[in-house]
Amino acid sequence: MKIVVCIKQVPDTTGGVKFNPDGTLDRGAMLAIMNPDDKAGLEAALRLKEQYDAEVTVLTMGLPKAKDVLCEAIAMGADKGILVTDRVLGGADTWATSTTVAGALRNIDYDLIITGRQAIDGDTAQVGPQIAEHLGIPVISYAQDIKIDGDKVIVQRQYDDRYHVLEAKMPCLITALSELNEPRYMTPGGIFDACDTEITTWGRADLKDVDDSNLGAAGSPTKIAKASDKVRKGAGEKVVPDSPEDAVSYIVGKFKEKHII
Amino acid sequence: MVTKNIEEYKGVFVFAQQVDNEISGIAYELLGKGKELAEKLSTEVTAVLIGYQVKGLADKLAEYGADKVILVDDPELEVYRTEPYAHALASVINQYKPEIVLVGATAIGRDLGPTVSARVATGLTADCTVLEIGDFPMEPKPGIEQKHNQLLMTRPAFGGNTIATIACPDNRPQMATVRPGVMQKIAPVAGAKAVVEEYNPGFTPNGRYVTIKEVVKAVSDTVDIMDAKVLVSGGRGVGSPENFKILEELAEVMGGTVSCSRAVVDSGWKPKDLQVGQTGKTVRPQIYFAIGISGAIQHVAGMEESDLIVAINKDESAPIFDVADYGIVGDLNKIVPALTAALKAEKEAKKNN
Amino acid sequence: MDFTLSKKHEMARQLFKDFAENEVKPLAQEVDEEERFPRETVEKMAKYGFMGIPVPKEYGGQGCDILTYVMCVEELSKVCGTTGVIVSAHTSLCIDPILTYGTEEQKQKYIPDLASGRKIGAFGLTEPGAGTDAQGQQTKAVLDGDEWVINGSKCFITNGKEADVYIVIAVTGIIEKKGRKLKEISAFIVEKGTPGFTFGTKEKKMGIRGSSTYELIFTDCRIPKGNLLGQQGKGFNIAMHTLDGGRIGIAAQALGIAEGALERTIAYTQERKQFGKSISGFQNTQFQLADMATKVEAAKMLVYKAALKKDEYRSNSKISYSVEAAQAKLYAAEVAMEVTTKAVQLHGGYGYIREYDVERMMRDAKITEIYEGTSEVQRMVISANLLK
Repeated sequence: MKIVVCIKQVPDTTGGVKFNPDGTLDRGAMLAIMNPDDKAGLEAALRLKEQYDAEVTVLTMGLPKAKDVLCEAIAMGADKGILVTDRVLGGADTWATSTTVAGALRNIDYDLIITGRQAIDGDTAQVGPQIAEHLGIPVISYAQDIKIDGDKVIVQRQYDDRYHVLEAKMPCLITALSELNEPRYMTPGGIFDACDTEITTWGRADLKDVDDSNLGAAGSPTKIAKASDKVRKGAGEKVVPDSPEDAVSYIVGKFKEKHII
Repeated sequence: MVTKNIEEYKGVFVFAQQVDNEISGIAYELLGKGKELAEKLSTEVTAVLIGYQVKGLADKLAEYGADKVILVDDPELEVYRTEPYAHALASVINQYKPEIVLVGATAIGRDLGPTVSARVATGLTADCTVLEIGDFPMEPKPGIEQKHNQLLMTRPAFGGNTIATIACPDNRPQMATVRPGVMQKIAPVAGAKAVVEEYNPGFTPNGRYVTIKEVVKAVSDTVDIMDAKVLVSGGRGVGSPENFKILEELAEVMGGTVSCSRAVVDSGWKPKDLQVGQTGKTVRPQIYFAIGISGAIQHVAGMEESDLIVAINKDESAPIFDVADYGIVGDLNKIVPALTAALKAEKEAKKNN
Repeated sequence: MDFTLSKKHEMARQLFKDFAENEVKPLAQEVDEEERFPRETVEKMAKYGFMGIPVPKEYGGQGCDILTYVMCVEELSKVCGTTGVIVSAHTSLCIDPILTYGTEEQKQKYIPDLASGRKIGAFGLTEPGAGTDAQGQQTKAVLDGDEWVINGSKCFITNGKEADVYIVIAVTGIIEKKGRKLKEISAFIVEKGTPGFTFGTKEKKMGIRGSSTYELIFTDCRIPKGNLLGQQGKGFNIAMHTLDGGRIGIAAQALGIAEGALERTIAYTQERKQFGKSISGFQNTQFQLADMATKVEAAKMLVYKAALKKDEYRSNSKISYSVEAAQAKLYAAEVAMEVTTKAVQLHGGYGYIREYDVERMMRDAKITEIYEGTSEVQRMVISANLLK
């Protein structure tokens, strides 16, 4: 079985976000990490690899430094890495990104494609389903459990108040939730091997059945009209009461002031 | 992109999500917003109702503002699956050519939206919180044609740290998924009727149809936290699932309900439908208690619009204090029960007066 | 000269850092308070290969270098000194001598289990009457047919009761050298569960309290003849050389403790307000932090240099790294003590209570000046090399 996991390098926003003195986001100061949902997708693929002896390829689209997340994935246990990078691909929205990734995927054999549900920078959750649409394969989003049964995949698909157990014929695309599992760490030896592993690099010319008009900023139907770093709601009062009683009378006092009680 | 005659595209369409033959709240919210946008564009708002034996729901959509309902009714559409639903909505779009299509950013809509937008080859803006009609570019720029009457879609990104306004000027329809709980529904007009038009593009199962083997509903008798006026929300700092009892008691006396942070769901202490935040629900209650919640940006993104935020945390440097109206540094195990007792006493006193 | 870490090492450091933060730090206080060996952490470390970092892959190890191993001990010790020494004693004091002196058969038999962490290793040299002076050994091993019979005891043994494989140093006879009678010392591999091998009392320690420190007791303990490690009579060299390597591990532990204390102090002094401002706003605090950081950086250079020297030795056994190891341990241990002491001082009253990590770190730091050769022994090693 062949599994391709699509991963993205994103700035780490979990440990708090860094701002420049002028209040804009300091992207350079944040660590570049593997997107958490993608990491869960990779972990799911690696478990399938252990169970069914699958081959796991990781693919990313991004700047040349996005190679780092491929190395990390290989150090965790993935077999191969493919970096899709080209200046003409820059500034892509989800349509152009999914077109690009689908163009890369057409070059390789796969039974299963796993992507993260969404990336913590864009938060769109659109690229996974759109890749499936371009490739004409079924998509199952929001997977919280994945099993293989012959040429079929059985997935628990999460909804707000329920889950569906779905069965799809492979090839198929699954988007993974970070709740899916607890991703493994790399191993030191895995890191050493990964850094010596050749990463396949593809550019525009390597994309299959893709029209130039669907790539990069020019091929993106959505355009940014305005972008701004959000002005956060200011902090209110913070008190350090000497006792729980003081804390309570503080809150009760405020509630009375506001006519809540 | 495929070249389209964008002049042909008219009208505001709303995907009227239903589950178990019951309209989801988001559909009414989208109608409310859709109506407002349609008025600005001097056009109508149409609800696209997709399901099986759901015709009876059309009147309800009319009451909440739909001028017209397009009904796609087919046995294949009984339970949501990406493929027949995407085929239904994409066919409606190709047939009726709306200029705007709004879909709820729900677990269904965020699957359906991207699939449909890719199928009809247009752009899609995810998880919008503000929708307006305006110009693109917003300010006139020399050498660039400024287009009017564009849908300007505003959405948070970067875990809520940035906001971007997006347009889709050269393609149609302009599609957006819209965050639940943000748009206002209109007061329902009893007895309102809409034109109902049935449309069936034909459904032939193919390799992209998945089989539903089982539907497992979470047993939950709790109120939807998005509807709660008061939320008492707990984080990992609460310490244990048992200890949520003190939060429940506070919620009871405040007439509210308990919600939680993602860490709590990840630990298996509370079900997913009580989760507030980026990957949970966006809430805007009148009072939000953040108890033992550090206030990761992903959590804050889901609750910062609350009218009043009270935070209790022992860690003085917890980021939750940056958004709290009233922040109390201290031991929640002591403060919360004492607060419950005090509020109960206040209530009693009032009753006796 | 190149002070930039390679990408491999950068990634490995990030791995150790993430693991330490997520898996080790949450247990550090409890392990100290309850004097509990963190078995669950060892199992996790085993799963990710941390128990065999510098071991060749052919023996089931990770095939990495000494620098990677050192960074692992350093990052673990930043959050928990106990966890750092578990890895250090296991790797440097048990795996390393078997890899260096063992026969192919011994390597095949012991290394894969040790490198994978299925088994834990320990090293027994110190005796009640023989600490720094290894010639004071009393434990004896006598060959009886196909077996060595060991009698005696070893004390203060790290990973004591938790280990499965022990390197034990014992006297195997008396030899005459230049007219002087000297003890002939040899090294052995002893497995837990061998009849006659028991444990004495558990030591209650000032620091690294989760580390299992026991007395090993041998009473007519019979081990196969084939468990002699290296040549008979070479035990003293084996022990000394093993300790050279061990010192690099302890130096890394000391470095980690110092870095951990510095990090917490930087954070604390920015949060803590006195006289209306953060105490980091006072010049005394700033200068103290500057000195601490500078010494930590100097210690790091010495520790990494020793690690690189040992890496060089692994491809050319003519090279000695004992002076570099001694200097790294001497300096890093003293810096750890100084930095943790200052860290407690800068924390004020809070630094003296258990709720704050620096209290534990100061207690943990002290042992690094003592075990695997006291600071005085390191000075002897260094000066002997200067004055030879």
